[in-house]
Amino acid sequence: MSEEFNLDNKIEEAADTLETTESIAADISGSESSSDELRMVTYVKPKSHPIRDFMRSSWSDKLFVIFNTIFMVLFVVITLYPVLNTLAVSFNDGTDAVRGGIHLIPRVWSLKNYVTVLTKQGMITGAWITVARTLLGTFLALAANSILAFIISRKRFLFRSSLSLFWVITMYVNGGLVPTMLLFKYLHLTNSFWVYVIPGMVSAFNVMVIRTYMEGIPDSLEESAQLDGAGYMTIFFKIISPLCLPVYATVALFVAVYQWNSWFDAMLYNRLRDEYTTLQYELMKLLSSVMQTSGSATNMNTTSASSATVTPTTVRSAATIATMLPIICIYPFLQRYFVTGLTIGGVKE
Amino acid sequence: MGADENLTEETENVESTEAGKRALSKTGQPVEDIDNLSRKEIRKRAKKNNRAEDVKVRLSKAELKRQATLLILSAIFVVYGIIFYYVPLLGWIMAFQNFKLKTGFFHSKFVWFAKFIRLFEDEEFLRVIRNTLGMGILNLVTTFVMAIVFAILLNEVRNKYCKKIVQTISYLPHFLSWIIVCGLLHDALSSTGIVNEVLIKLGIIDNYISFFSFPAYFWPIVAFANVWKETGWNAIIYLAAITSIDPSLYEAAAMDGAGRWQKIKHITLPGIRPTIMILLVMNIGNVLNAGFEVQYLLGNGLVQGVSRTIDIYVLNWGISEGDYSLGTAAGIFKSAVAIILILIANWVAKKSGEEHLF
Repeated sequence: MSEEFNLDNKIEEAADTLETTESIAADISGSESSSDELRMVTYVKPKSHPIRDFMRSSWSDKLFVIFNTIFMVLFVVITLYPVLNTLAVSFNDGTDAVRGGIHLIPRVWSLKNYVTVLTKQGMITGAWITVARTLLGTFLALAANSILAFIISRKRFLFRSSLSLFWVITMYVNGGLVPTMLLFKYLHLTNSFWVYVIPGMVSAFNVMVIRTYMEGIPDSLEESAQLDGAGYMTIFFKIISPLCLPVYATVALFVAVYQWNSWFDAMLYNRLRDEYTTLQYELMKLLSSVMQTSGSATNMNTTSASSATVTPTTVRSAATIATMLPIICIYPFLQRYFVTGLTIGGVKE
Repeated sequence: MGADENLTEETENVESTEAGKRALSKTGQPVEDIDNLSRKEIRKRAKKNNRAEDVKVRLSKAELKRQATLLILSAIFVVYGIIFYYVPLLGWIMAFQNFKLKTGFFHSKFVWFAKFIRLFEDEEFLRVIRNTLGMGILNLVTTFVMAIVFAILLNEVRNKYCKKIVQTISYLPHFLSWIIVCGLLHDALSSTGIVNEVLIKLGIIDNYISFFSFPAYFWPIVAFANVWKETGWNAIIYLAAITSIDPSLYEAAAMDGAGRWQKIKHITLPGIRPTIMILLVMNIGNVLNAGFEVQYLLGNGLVQGVSRTIDIYVLNWGISEGDYSLGTAAGIFKSAVAIILILIANWVAKKSGEEHLF
């Protein structure tokens, strides 16, 4: 309340003592007649002063601030704790970790887990394939989506609305798992690297995001370039694309995260080919091996005692941290872009 | 010659985004930062653009020649789209056949609706539908409510740095794969995990609960996983909607003596109502899609009855067991229900005067 008001000087001075603050707060939140007087006070841009503001606010606002603070703290703790816990376990000795009770700091330090992860053949291959599919997949998707968006956003294009409809339909209807898998089989995409990058290249959603952005660019730019004899390719590369860099970044981020995190395609199409495994698929194998052992929870001790200093749990923790690290390092700096993309993406026809 | 010079000058100017914007302002067009436009404004503008485009371009030889580049490129995209999006739809024919890989599409025997009948006589399939719908609706409601609550509360945080930090942290889980999320969840809920530890310390339970062995816990666990992963991400769009609410409304309410609860109830919530409605309509079609990865990764023999969804059924029968026709039929059923749901949601929204898709 007091943020919006700057009460006159007398009140300002008096407000420093808690008692009067409360009485003022009571006044403000009190009956209509008393707030009538306060309405006369001139509006001045409030100076932020968190603690005094808080003391002066009405009891319900105080309650709100307290509740909100607790909520936010809980939210942050619940979000971060599992990740930090995994980090601690990943640096802990395997047999020791079985006892449980590790929270944020490892009890018996060990680097063995990371050594095991980084020397595991599947993880190394998986890392290369994941990096390759992320880079190539993002590049191809960005090229395809931006060109298609460019075509659909040209106002003079003859088949504009039909081409647009052709792609919008794909957002709502798809063939499903079985026909898609058979198609990939017929196209010889299964048991190959290309199944990761070719099928998902064009995504109608991303096309619509880029298109909406391109439609915000004034036509006069294109027209004047055309008058100067520029072809569509020149317009795309030299005029439209430089203006669309923010939305390109957004889409690139979406695709890159998708590529980095996918595992299902590796499991479904390349199960038999270890040379095309991905990081997430390797992680999934580790997860299921952990779940099988903990299915008989009490037997953990006997199984892990025989295998020196690493256990499936600690190795999996190390692999989890190694896999999430690149994304965690990058995403905080790209916030601006995905916020833009989502706000535009919310606008569909 | 002069024209060419102009062109190079122009293109140099648009090298970078900033320079490009300057070039725009030179032409006298008002330059707006599209990042800061509200959804409604973008929509309005898109509509206006569409109307302006109604200046019909006649289909003529000259025009075709002029647009040759666009036409060739769009033909490539159409071919790609047909192969990867429309050919699988043709594959739906399989659902009406007794499809065998050996005989292929053209020589497999047609059985018409036999596969569908088998599907609905299968008790497991009915259970799978129940699970998919149940978890889908539970997830939809919980993630929706949490995202809105989080957005509103975060917006009320006055300290700019706290707000930024909390928001950055809130995005984190979205970028983790489901594999990682399920692993974290598995650790947290294990016998030595944090959840059991806290519950025992608080004296709520005496001995640890193995959460993954009881069917009753499975749906809430899946819902929690979704909330944990997507709350911050889903809140982005609501936060954007809240920032586009006219600040003078809040000032006026403050003048009238409204507290923060009242401002939320009477200004913020009504302000983001259109956004909520359109997202609701969009997501209702996804209710059936909300069930694969978590259920597949966390499900086990003990909770099978409540954990298996349509997608897992398709994977099991269609891929592992090799009954392609049955898998396709289940897939068709899912697609059909999704489309019906989205149409109904849209129709209801339209009837009640809310924001809608089509």
